[in-house]
Amino acid sequence: MTEGLLAAQAATGDHGAVDYWSMLFVFVLSTFIGLGVIRRVSRLLYTPLMSLTNAISAIAVVGSIVVAGAEYPITIRVLGAVALFASMTNIVSGFMITDRMLKMFKKQ
Amino acid sequence: MTHAVAEFAAVLATALFIFALYWMNDPKTARRGVMAGIAGMVVAILATWIQPEIVHHAWIIVAIIAGFAVGVPLSRVPLTAVPQRTALSHAFGGLAAGLVGTAEYFLGVGNPADLTPFRTSAIVVEVILGFLTFTGSLMAAGKLQEVKWVPQRPVTYPGQNVVNVGVLVLAVILGVLVVIHPTATWSGQAFYGIVALAILFGVLLIIPIGGADMPTVISILNAYAGLSAVAMGFVLNNKLLVTAGALDGSSGLILSIIMCRAMNRSFTNVLFGAFGTVQKLVAAGEPKTWKQETPEGAAQLVEQARLVVIIPGYGMAVAQAQHKVRELFDHLTKRGVTVKFAIHPVAGRMPGHMNVLLAEADIPYTALVEMDEINPEMPQCDVALVIGANDVVNPAARYAKGSPIYGMPIIAADKAKTVLAIKRSKNPGFAGIDNELYVLDNTWMLFGDAKAVLGDLVKQFGRSGLH
Repeated sequence: MTEGLLAAQAATGDHGAVDYWSMLFVFVLSTFIGLGVIRRVSRLLYTPLMSLTNAISAIAVVGSIVVAGAEYPITIRVLGAVALFASMTNIVSGFMITDRMLKMFKKQ
Repeated sequence: MTHAVAEFAAVLATALFIFALYWMNDPKTARRGVMAGIAGMVVAILATWIQPEIVHHAWIIVAIIAGFAVGVPLSRVPLTAVPQRTALSHAFGGLAAGLVGTAEYFLGVGNPADLTPFRTSAIVVEVILGFLTFTGSLMAAGKLQEVKWVPQRPVTYPGQNVVNVGVLVLAVILGVLVVIHPTATWSGQAFYGIVALAILFGVLLIIPIGGADMPTVISILNAYAGLSAVAMGFVLNNKLLVTAGALDGSSGLILSIIMCRAMNRSFTNVLFGAFGTVQKLVAAGEPKTWKQETPEGAAQLVEQARLVVIIPGYGMAVAQAQHKVRELFDHLTKRGVTVKFAIHPVAGRMPGHMNVLLAEADIPYTALVEMDEINPEMPQCDVALVIGANDVVNPAARYAKGSPIYGMPIIAADKAKTVLAIKRSKNPGFAGIDNELYVLDNTWMLFGDAKAVLGDLVKQFGRSGLH
């Protein structure tokens, strides 16, 4: 078990061998949940929906923190820091603009 | 202990993200969804940060501050610029995935046991998706922002699809080679080759796209950005990345399908980049002429109507005319005229674009009606007021085979008793075709910038003569 994998697994709490089948399982199930939930989203809100899911998929921030913050060679950490910056930008601007747009939707 | 915390945090964050999307089903609860999303994100970040492996805290703090410094201004752009902001954030998402994938590959070269075939495949997929989303979205943002060096018009050339597919296939071949020989002497070079080809492919994918296709393209890039996060989850063995990425991916997928249907394109047609081709329709018969109306006449028409249906399009966004639309809405509703807004799914430059602009102008969302619901009502409509919309009201979509918009569902403006159309210039619309709605017997044109024309129209209501 090597450093990179260890750190990554530490972030998720996994200790055993990497179980790709269960990952695939999680992927398929969450896609179906996603399809079910998104289908019910109000058509009025497609623009805020996109900025919200954008902010949510910036969960890549979790991977970026590991790459930027663990004991890695400096070039690797620079890549991680740039990725962290990009994800953080999406999180901040995504949630803020979504809320700003949603505030505008009012009933008469 | 901290690992258990991380595991619990991942479950909690996933649940919060699902609730966030669930609450988007109604504008009344939607803001709660944002709060849930923020809570999930904070939980996930903190749970990762407290892990003992994380030692370079200063790096993380600096990157987070920089993210805030750029993110806050980006969230305050005018709402007309929301499509390009969205494209830009897809670019950032793709970039993050691509960079983390690159970092993981070169870490793996130092520890070859990490580069199992499955994990290396996931890295290759992550890097290809990430970097193609990065440059593709940057190009899309550039086109939407009308950046000078990005061609606005679709750029097409013979054999374009062959070139595009060729570049992608080459990247995949290199990817397969890297998966088979992850640590050969040439593998690093091959990996850079994959990165370069993905970057190139992103650009090539977007140059043939025109503005009218942007809602579809933005949705597809949204799905790609989500899938690249999923691939990152596989690489890092992180289930939270997989679930959150899958939610984003399925959202992009659903929006893409809806946009495709609204333009009568097949999903595969769009996915393989055979879109955006502009064909000139052969001019049929003698050119008809339009009839022009004055603001005074138009004001009288809408004033005497019982039901006015306003059909907004990208022209309204360009002219920033939504506030004038609101004034008109107020004047008319005050006089007892029923005013509804007919929203075509692909009106504007991204899904839901018109709804957000009209909501910004304080128009109640209960007045916004989807195309399928408004069309049966159109024969009862006294005045259909088309504001900067073109292809989405072109009756040619119903019968003109060979027209690029043939088969596209349209708002039946032509069924209204009278049509008033505000149009910036006398040029044909985006798809490069004449719109015969404008030359129908019951259509009157108002030429000019939408904001100025509506301003003139609204002024008429201020005069005492009109009551």
